[in-house]
Amino acid sequence: MFPTSRFTVLISGLRRRPWRGTAVGGLAILTSLVLAACGSSGGGSGSGSSSSSSNPLAPTAAKGSVVVGSANFPEDELLAEIYVQALKAKGVKVTPKFNIGAREVYYPQIEKGSISILPEYNGALLTTSVDKNSTAATTSEVNAALKAKLPSTLEILNSSTAQDKDSVTVTQATAKKYNLKSIADLKPVAKKLVIGGPPEFKTRAQGLVGLKKNYGLTFKSFVPLDESGPLTLAALKDGKVQAADVFTTTPQIITDKLVALADPKFNFAAQNVTPLVYKKAATPTVVSTLNRVSAALTTNALLQMDKAIIIDHADYSTVAAAFLSAVGMG
Amino acid sequence: MSFLSFAWDWLKQPQQWHGPDGIPIRILEQLGYTALSLVIAALIAIPVGILIGHTGRGALFAVNLANAGRAIPTLGLLVLLAVTLGFSPLAWLVPLVLLAIPPILVNAYEGVAGVDPGLKDAARGMGMTPWQQIRKVEVPVAMPLIVLGLRTGAIFVVATATIAAYIGLGGLGRYIIDGLATENYGEVAGGAALVVVLALAVQAFFTGVRRLAVPAGVRQQGRPS
Repeated sequence: MFPTSRFTVLISGLRRRPWRGTAVGGLAILTSLVLAACGSSGGGSGSGSSSSSSNPLAPTAAKGSVVVGSANFPEDELLAEIYVQALKAKGVKVTPKFNIGAREVYYPQIEKGSISILPEYNGALLTTSVDKNSTAATTSEVNAALKAKLPSTLEILNSSTAQDKDSVTVTQATAKKYNLKSIADLKPVAKKLVIGGPPEFKTRAQGLVGLKKNYGLTFKSFVPLDESGPLTLAALKDGKVQAADVFTTTPQIITDKLVALADPKFNFAAQNVTPLVYKKAATPTVVSTLNRVSAALTTNALLQMDKAIIIDHADYSTVAAAFLSAVGMG
Repeated sequence: MSFLSFAWDWLKQPQQWHGPDGIPIRILEQLGYTALSLVIAALIAIPVGILIGHTGRGALFAVNLANAGRAIPTLGLLVLLAVTLGFSPLAWLVPLVLLAIPPILVNAYEGVAGVDPGLKDAARGMGMTPWQQIRKVEVPVAMPLIVLGLRTGAIFVVATATIAAYIGLGGLGRYIIDGLATENYGEVAGGAALVVVLALAVQAFFTGVRRLAVPAGVRQQGRPS
């Protein structure tokens, strides 16, 4: 069944999430290896490492500038672009180094300082790179665990309220029919609804098991689909499922008129957009600027910007600039 | 060795053999997808194959079209149809039918076209109508190849029906896809082993069909099968 698993990767690659590593499989790992091979030779810029002078491919970061990196999917690149523009506006010298790869690739680089700043998702950062066995779920639990366990060279700045995480999503029509705003509102109607999600949703804690434990929900049945990809969205639109696991910043939430139900009990662990920084690069200007960005960023703003870059193919820097000027940081 | 022991450890657990997710139900689902796809493919491909074999017209076009059809990526078509048509049965039927048509059509055509010209002349000389020539002479003589085409098509489809699970349907692919997603590799290996066993069973079934469907006289000539 290799063709199938590779195809899964191609599809989910449209909206690949770095914390999906285990399920995403072969191609992602292969890509990681290739990028790791490239990445390890391109190190040493922000921290003033001497090895960069012998490597003609090393990025030429100006002395005293910070390197803003990003993972290899659109939303993280956009967030990195916002950081870059916000810092430049404050007179900080910035070298962008976007589209580096999955967390397995960029994390070792920021740990040793060849990247100084990277927009992260707190929950995913914790469970893929810092503490794989962590059960922290809420934003404060996750951030406390990160502060306790991050290596001494790294720190996180303030989290934004913007989250890109799993959710139980329904169509606007279904939400209206049963008056749904939060997952808890599903209690009286769950038995009538079919829910869809990736196959592992059926058995993992952050899936049907947790929905039953945390909210007392038992659905009519479960249909295994994909990870917030085209099949899941088609099944919701088609009425094959009435609820589905969709990531909270999936642009089709806007275009297909969907509602991601609130998750007050954190059935799905927090995934707040949070700057991860190499401590030596965290000057007071950097810290205050990125904290202002975090304070202004909401899930809805991120969703709108994702729609602009993914569906409307808008230019990243234009979208980032529009956001910053709207929040008074342009 | 490790694949077999993985698969065996999973297969021998009694809970796999009961309930709506149990192996018997999944095998029946898989056979259901296969049977329906194969019947539709046969209803299209056998008459067309016999007709072009008999007339010799359009042979190059039909055979090349059928062979080009083999290049269609079944899984890609499945997802495309599921997303565009919604989740109607056509989403899995169309790819599986397209997969089964080429071997059935090409073998039916070759079987009929390859009938000994002397035999055809004799049939015509006896005053048989074209329909009688087809029914009484050409199809019986071509039967070994027609059954071979059905057998090949059935093996393709029974193995590939696994992909129906990709769009949330049942069948043995459920074990492979769910097992991969939850890193339960015993389930993956067990599901894959069951697909292999089922494909072998289908092959054995069509060997039996051949014995029944091929006239004794043709069988004795030792034609290729």
